[in-house]
Amino acid sequence: MTVYLDNASTTKPCKESAEAVMLALTENYGNPSSLHKMGLNAQLAVDSARKSIATALGCEAECIYFTSGATESNNLAIRGAVSAHGRRNKKIIVSAVEHASVSETMDSLENQGYEVVRISPKNGVFDAGDFVREADENTCLISMMLVNNETGHILPVKEVFSAVKRRFPHIITHCDCVQGFMKLLVKASSLGADLISLSGHKIHAVKGVGALYIKKGVRINPIISGGKQEKGIRSGTESVPLIAGFGSAVEKLASTIAQRYERAYELKAFLLDKLSGIEEVTVNSPADGSPYIINISMQRRSEIMLHYLEQNGIYVSSGSACSKGAQSGVLAQFGVNQKDSDSALRVSIGCETTEAELEFFVEKLKEGIENIRT
Amino acid sequence: MKEIILVKYGEIALKGLNKNTFEDMLTKNVKRRIKSLGKFVCTRAQSTLYIEPENEDIDLEEAVKRISKIFGIAALCRACVCEKSFDDIKEQSYTYLNDILSYAKTFKVTAKRADKAFPMKSPEICMELGGALLEKFPHLTVDVKNPEVTVTVEIRDTNAYVHAENIKGAGGLPVGSSGKAMLLLSGGIDSPVAGWMMAKRGVHIATIHYVSPPYTSDRAQLKVEQLCEKLTDYCGGIAFFCVPFTEIQEAIKDNCPEEFFTIIMRRLMMEIAQRIAEKDNCLALITGESVGQVASQTMSAIGCTDAVCRMPVFRPLIGMDKTEIIEIARKIDTFDISTLPYEDCCTVFTPKHPKVRPLLEDIEKAQNSFDFEPLIQKAVENTEQKIFNFQR
Repeated sequence: MTVYLDNASTTKPCKESAEAVMLALTENYGNPSSLHKMGLNAQLAVDSARKSIATALGCEAECIYFTSGATESNNLAIRGAVSAHGRRNKKIIVSAVEHASVSETMDSLENQGYEVVRISPKNGVFDAGDFVREADENTCLISMMLVNNETGHILPVKEVFSAVKRRFPHIITHCDCVQGFMKLLVKASSLGADLISLSGHKIHAVKGVGALYIKKGVRINPIISGGKQEKGIRSGTESVPLIAGFGSAVEKLASTIAQRYERAYELKAFLLDKLSGIEEVTVNSPADGSPYIINISMQRRSEIMLHYLEQNGIYVSSGSACSKGAQSGVLAQFGVNQKDSDSALRVSIGCETTEAELEFFVEKLKEGIENIRT
Repeated sequence: MKEIILVKYGEIALKGLNKNTFEDMLTKNVKRRIKSLGKFVCTRAQSTLYIEPENEDIDLEEAVKRISKIFGIAALCRACVCEKSFDDIKEQSYTYLNDILSYAKTFKVTAKRADKAFPMKSPEICMELGGALLEKFPHLTVDVKNPEVTVTVEIRDTNAYVHAENIKGAGGLPVGSSGKAMLLLSGGIDSPVAGWMMAKRGVHIATIHYVSPPYTSDRAQLKVEQLCEKLTDYCGGIAFFCVPFTEIQEAIKDNCPEEFFTIIMRRLMMEIAQRIAEKDNCLALITGESVGQVASQTMSAIGCTDAVCRMPVFRPLIGMDKTEIIEIARKIDTFDISTLPYEDCCTVFTPKHPKVRPLLEDIEKAQNSFDFEPLIQKAVENTEQKIFNFQR
């Protein structure tokens, strides 16, 4: 039995997505830039995916730009915005719990002479005022993730962005929405973001495709040059198969966001209830966080527990999968002590997760706690 | 806390006995545009349309965005519904305005007391609520001349309303209230703007486009269809007619002097447009011409084109500069589509030296040297029709 509880790392592509990929691979294989009908048909497939994603995000189709994934989207958003608006304004505000594709980018900008202000939560909670107070005339960009990928914390993005925009309309707002898109009811307009990063493979599409939302009228510079695809923002022949697969997955999931949220909420409650009986377990995720991500500590080293569970066909993450188990410091930011950070496991729920699977996980977790020598 | 959208009429408010017809049309247009967002109850009173969402999940921001593009509306705003007591108004204002006032520096309060039975007079309401808000948000200062936030209290018949952001409406008259007209849509910058301007005056728009494969591509037609789709944000449903034009263009090329090519082509386009317009119950044609912009838009050229027209031709851009037209195209978001680089039929076979001041007599003589009638009939017969409705 395979119990896949690592959906925040990646998800199993849905049938519709795989079929759309296959169709584009075998039949609709034209280059969207070609003038002939094959080219046009490929372009129409890309445009239709663009429309599906735009509809789901509540924006116009022309605001969606395809990339190779969220890491590229984040890099493009941040570097592109800074290169267009950061010549004089050298200050960037960012949360201290971002994904590496944002935080590492910030480090590299810092080395180039930008002033990067990292805002930490207090007692595990972000105060919108902390971000807003840092904003000033010299700030060019503010970047915040919507849902933390390790703990499921939801950041007060809307509150911060609207307050910042009201006082300093010139500041570009960027939101890494990877763990929120298609999981929470996210609308571009209500988020107040100029730039939003999205990923395909976190929402049952294939790996290698993502998107960046760029609000109408907001200018960023491209970070690679070439054939001016995607209106010059992201050169390089569009990956029609992956993009079509992304579009199909979004189309399939878009109508069920509320139902799936409710289901995830029930599953999270179920899991927490089962876990409450185990003395060693502490929960690192907040009660009001995303129901899709549950981070726990259980006084055994994460990696050992992860492999123990793996022997039983259960797949979870220690911390965030991208860092291959290396500690990112995010848990510490949320007030988790060193010992609990070392024993943190992330369980992330997907569309197909069931109570029985979670029950099996808890059972094996208990066994693991008993069997693993500390 | 209950939030609704208040929509204030523009010109309709001035209408006399037929005001109801206009109101009906506006209400219908509004309802149609927000239907996909969820269930709303729309009621009318005192030249205002009250749009009440039936549940709290409805995306009011999107609703406001959509309604702000509907013609016939002077202003709109999201407002908090209060009971008609000052205490309730005060309490609700604290929570409702918290977001906006927390980060503002200056504000003022204005009051409109439509219901004169309300015990406090407008200046009193302003003073009392202003004072209360100052106490609650001590960082604020009052600035009556140039405030960052203007808090408005409206005391109306059934409820009181508090709001802080008035959004300008699209103005004009409700689409459909002035009859229907056929817009010649080329795919350039001007024609969508012309259509938008007539729609603003309540004209229901149908569009006609000419294609000449292989001289023009599928992408060029697609671009025009995208423009139609864009226009539905403002105009509602649009019937799109696509006329096969290759044979006619080739016939002009083969049989008429080169310098008259564009003018004869335009005359034939007008002829076809009005035949289809008549069938589709349109009362006029609309073009995006502006005097002197190109050779076919000089006064004498327009005169030669107009000579074949039996119905009125509206040219709302006639006195505008290109920059002014572009400004509107950007505002209504058609500019980026219009500037996609596909050749349309107007640029196929363009003469090197077109006649700038053609004489009608010469043009008619040149055109009569060939019998275009069978080709015109064929083009009209083979015209394809599509309907674009407001989607999303």
